[in-house]
Amino acid sequence: MMRESQIMNIHYFTGLAAIVLVGIHIAFRLIMPYGQSLEYENVIANYQNLPYIILLELILVTVSIHGFNGLRIILIEWRQGNHWEKGVTWVCVASAIGLIAYGSRTIIIASMAGTI
Amino acid sequence: MTKKENREGVKGWLNPTRYGWSRVSFWLQRLTGVGLLVYFIAHVIETSSITEGKFAWDQMLQLTQTTEGHIILILVIGMSVFHAANGVRLYIAHGGKGIGAPGRPEYPYRPTSLNMKMRACIWVIIALAALAMMYGATVLFGE
Repeated sequence: MMRESQIMNIHYFTGLAAIVLVGIHIAFRLIMPYGQSLEYENVIANYQNLPYIILLELILVTVSIHGFNGLRIILIEWRQGNHWEKGVTWVCVASAIGLIAYGSRTIIIASMAGTI
Repeated sequence: MTKKENREGVKGWLNPTRYGWSRVSFWLQRLTGVGLLVYFIAHVIETSSITEGKFAWDQMLQLTQTTEGHIILILVIGMSVFHAANGVRLYIAHGGKGIGAPGRPEYPYRPTSLNMKMRACIWVIIALAALAMMYGATVLFGE
């Protein structure tokens, strides 16, 4: 089991990384009119750009870890107890892994659109 | 006092009246954090419609690119800016910067950690979130 101080460092690192990564993701919506950037062809073109795929995957991982760890911290402060803490930790870890897997599936399928 | 009386639960951290601005920023950080996590999960699910082709994507856009959808996005912009900027403030404060030197607790027990600098930071952060929401509104409703 990791120490809480190490988990807090990961929380800070993923938070700061998410600010930069999400900033770039939003900038991609603003380099052309917002509505146009959401058109199917433009979104698929984004998914077929390797640096953008890496960016999306990094956002998925950093925000999932930061978000579910934040939720874990709130729930542990709300109620105490060994079973509660272990249960909350495992549910949050499983949820983060599930969300990363689901989002990665979208990235992989969309990046192959038109090529298969 | 028994353990049960000590335990205020969610009511305890939602009550902003007893602790001043540090408590207000504390619960805003938590509420925006939970709100952003809910939005993030919904965003990952909504964007997965791209895997089902153009028709499914356009249908999803019809559902989300509405006045209500734009209002939710504007709220998300405000929550993101507040959570990010206040998070950076907390990161700096937890590192011991800008919170003053520890001192003997004397009446009226004003915490040195919540000095003018930190209070001003919270106000600037709220102003930044409001500005970002206004910019978001002009982009989303200006088309």
